[in-house]
This record gives sequence, structure tokens and C-alpha cells, in this order.
Amino acid sequence: MTVNRAQRTRGLVLHLVCVLVGALIVVPVWFGVLGGFKDNGQLSTNPLGWPDPWLPSNYTDILTSEVFWRQLGNSLLIAVSSTVIVVAAAAMAAFVFARYAFRGREFLVTLFAIGLMFPFAVAILPLFVLLRGMGLLDNPLGVILPQAAFGLPITIIILRQFFRTIPAEIEEAAVLDGCGSFGFFWRVLLPMARPALATVSVLAVVTSWNNFMLPLVVFTDQSWWTLPVGVQAFQGQYTAETARVLAYVVLSMVPALGFYAVAERQLIGGLTGSVKG
Amino acid sequence: MTRPSTVSDARRGDPATDPPAPGPGTVRQRGRQPRPGRGGVLAIFLTPALVLFLLLVVAPILVASYASLYKWNGFGLPENFIGLDNYTRAFQDPTFRGDLWRGFVLVLLSLVVQLPAALALAMLLNQPLRGRAAYRLIFFAPYVLSEVTTAVLFDLVFSPNRGLGDAIATWLSADAGTVFADPDTVLYAVFLVVSWKYFGLYMMLFLAARQGIPKELSEAAVTDGASAWQAFRHVTLPLLGPTIRISVFLSVIGTIQLFDMVWVLTRGGPIHSSETMAVTMYEYGFRRFEVGYASAISIVMFLLSLVFALFYQRIVLRRDTAGAITNQGGPR
Repeated sequence: MTVNRAQRTRGLVLHLVCVLVGALIVVPVWFGVLGGFKDNGQLSTNPLGWPDPWLPSNYTDILTSEVFWRQLGNSLLIAVSSTVIVVAAAAMAAFVFARYAFRGREFLVTLFAIGLMFPFAVAILPLFVLLRGMGLLDNPLGVILPQAAFGLPITIIILRQFFRTIPAEIEEAAVLDGCGSFGFFWRVLLPMARPALATVSVLAVVTSWNNFMLPLVVFTDQSWWTLPVGVQAFQGQYTAETARVLAYVVLSMVPALGFYAVAERQLIGGLTGSVKG
Repeated sequence: MTRPSTVSDARRGDPATDPPAPGPGTVRQRGRQPRPGRGGVLAIFLTPALVLFLLLVVAPILVASYASLYKWNGFGLPENFIGLDNYTRAFQDPTFRGDLWRGFVLVLLSLVVQLPAALALAMLLNQPLRGRAAYRLIFFAPYVLSEVTTAVLFDLVFSPNRGLGDAIATWLSADAGTVFADPDTVLYAVFLVVSWKYFGLYMMLFLAARQGIPKELSEAAVTDGASAWQAFRHVTLPLLGPTIRISVFLSVIGTIQLFDMVWVLTRGGPIHSSETMAVTMYEYGFRRFEVGYASAISIVMFLLSLVFALFYQRIVLRRDTAGAITNQGGPR
């Protein structure tokens, strides 16, 4: 009886801790969501309560402006292109690294693995000079290609690990059936690796979606701005209008959180898996 | 974060080509096969990744180390060779030295506050608790928000007069409206926002590692009379060692390149009191066009990461390959 009660108290305390931590996370976001429906006067007198009256104009103004949608589109275009390129290039390399023994393989693998700890900020200056030289400033490729390049290490490492788990018998069977290396890679290996491909794609999309430094320096032309750059500029432009900026922030969170809701498992699997590798 | 791979046994695939001696003689089969030979296959599959990586990751770092030896504004070719002057300048610059110190403080705070909190929450969510899936979902959610979004949100949360911070401060009769404007508090405020976004990641890593430990181990300890704390301290914690060490590693590397959050929240201010190496580098490279000097700062960042990574891999992570169970009750 007492054990039962002790257990129940324990459960209650644990729940309490969880709710408190949850509140730390939810309350700022909630403040943003509600704040977007207020005006500055309401924000200073009533920061946390319900808006009174509800003013949807901050949200509707943004949603009817072309700027927000263009930034959303740019972010999407850049995320999808970076992901396709990095996954394609990494899958090919990982295939070779996983299933061929050749001189210099360990060196190359190590080279890519070291790339995992290059702080991106280290390369940004010369990268900028390089992109300027190649005429890729104010060009989405100027963000897409470097992002793909910097995504290679983690993608190769995860995929290589997965490709190694596919038994050699399958490859032998494929070869007996007349598959060459390309046929095996394309028709057998890739379809089998779908879960791993999903994982690395999700990681690449999130990384690209959240990237700020590179688009910040590559795009001076506003029409190419991605959401992070846009949010930051919007804040600078409307410093005095807190409610309006809140609405913009909240709207820019929606796609990321929506994506999280859909791809939570791949994201977490990828992050925990890559660390174990 | 691969283990130092000694894997020669990894050669499980590739039964198509002749199994022994895959060494130098690979090209020799070229003529025998109608399809591209081994060398050709290797070349075709490796080229895209190698070109991208060498051109856009390796080359820029080489260029940066070259440019760091010049006084260069980034236009034309660097011509004014000044040797290591940029480096000596950096280490005499109070701002840059401050960056190093602030980086150290951020790492320390992360080790003392963020990682233990994440570990505690992971252990908590490992309990049979109703609704823990929902808690987990919420705790991890900030990780998917960009640093910029997070920073702007918190900038507004703490904006004077209309923020949430003000309301809470008034309620506590304190002064929160100025946390980002006060040189004494700004670094801690930045740290809290960083933790808000990233603790969920570490929690997830710990949780995954915890779930990989067989229940029987801590159960056995409890059966043998260990308290829950003892079982955690002497059984679970040592087994979580590898993950903890990886988390420390990630936290250090992340701190070295911290930029977005600081740039949006404070621009490194007030009076450099929240500036990081990456912010200093950006300031000199993209605002003052002292590309040579900024490159030197990048290279220092790179070397710090590299040296730390090598040292860490050698000294700390190596134990993990020896099998975690053997050092249970060890120095930790």
C-alpha cells in the first residue's frame, strides 16, 4: 500500500518536472503565436494573456505579401536541390567505400571523416571569394553546391555503414542475374537502402533549411533570400513593431515544425545513428 | 565520428572482381570486361563526391591558410606577404583573446549545466511515464528550429516593455529587459538560448544510448542491493560513457563555430561581451574587408577544432573501443 503511494508520488514529481521543462519550451513559442495576434499596446500591457481583441492583420499581411512566399520557395528550392545532390554523390561514394577494397580507401574515408569537424565558418571567407570568382553570387547554386559539399561527410558515413550490412550473397545473386556494378547499385542497393536514404535526406533538408551564414553572404539580391535571412532582415526592418515580427517568426517556424512532425523518426534515427557510427 | 577503422574485414562486397589481391593491379582487367573495369567504376562513383569536396571544402581551407599570411582585402590576388603577423595580431587582440575566453566559458557552462540537465531528462524519460512520447516530442522540437528563428524569438521575448521577460521580471521584481544589453549578463543569456535549442539533441542521444543498455544490468545491481542512485552511478553511467564523451565533443566543436545565434541576438555586443571567434571573423572578413586577418582567425578556429578532435580521439574516445564494460567504476 505504502509502496504504491510512494510510486504514485514519484510519478507525480516526474510529471511535474516534465511539465516545467515543457513549459520552458512551449511558453516562449506560445507567447510568439499569441503575440502575433496583438498590437504593441496589447503586448506591453498583456504579454502572456489572450489577445483582446484578436488582430489577425499581422498574419494576414504577411501571408498575402509576396515576400514571405518567395522566401519560403527559395528555402524549399535550395533545400531540395542540396539534398538531391548530396545524397546522390554520397551514395555513390559510400557504395564504393563500403564494397570495394582499393588502395587509398582508408585515406579517402578519413579525409571525409575529418570533414565532419571542419567548422563551416572556417571556409566561408575563401568560399565567398571562390564563388565570387565563379560568378555564383546571387545564384542559388552558390548556396546549393557548398551545402552539398559540406553535407558529404555525415551522409557518406551513415550510408556506408548501411551499405556494409547488405550481405554479399545479394550482390552475387545480382551479378549472376547479369547485373553490373551500376545495375546492382541502382536496382538493388538503392531500393534496399530506402530507410537510410530517408534518414540522410531528412538531415540534409533540416541543415539546409536552417543555414544562415552562407545565404547571408551569397545573396545580396533580396529576391533570393531564404527564410532565415528574411526573418533576420524583417526584424531589422520592423524593430519597433514587435507583434508583426512575432507573426513573421511564427510563420517561419510552421514549415520546420510541420516537417518535424512528419519526419521525426528519421531525424532522430539519423542523429543518434551518426553519433554511434 | 568514425572509429579509427582497422576494418580490412569490411571487404564483404565486391565478389564480382577477382577476390584476392585487390591491390595495384586493378586496372589490368579493363580489357577483359565489356563493362567499365574496376578502376573505371571506382572513378565514376567517386568523382562527384571528390570534386565537390575538394573544390568546396578542402580548397577553401587551403586558400584560407594561404591568405592568412597576407595583408589582403579580398580583391585581386594577395601580394602583400606579412608572414605570421596576422596570427600574432590575433593573439594580441583583446577581442580575439576574449573570444577564446568566452568560448571556454560557454563550453564550461555546457558541461556543467546543459549536458547534466539533458542526461537527467533522458533518464527521466526512460522511466515508464504516461505521455513520455509527447514530452520527448516537445523537448526535441526546438532542435528543428533554425538558430535565427530561435534568436529572433528570444530577442522579442526579452524586448524591453513588450516582452515576456519583462512581465516575468516585474513579477519577480527583477530587471530582465536588459539581459542582452548588459555586458555582465549577455553571455549567460546567449548560453541559455543556445541550451534551449540544443539540450533536446543531447537528451535524444543519451536516451538512445540508455535504451541500448540491457535492462538486466541495472536490475541485477538493484537485486544485489544497490540503491537506484548506486545502480545509475556505477552501472548505467559508465555504460553511457561513449555517448557522454561524444556529446562533449559535439558541444566543443559547436561552440567553436557558434555564429548565427550570436549574430542575430547581439552582433557580439555590447562592447564585444558576447562575441565569438566566428563573429570576429565575419566582422573583419565581410565588413572591414581585412580578409587576410579574418582568414587567420578562421585558421585558428580550424586548428583548434582539429587539434581538439585529434587529441580527443586519441586520448578520450579510444577507450570506447576497448569495451565500455571493462572500465566500469573507472575514473568517472
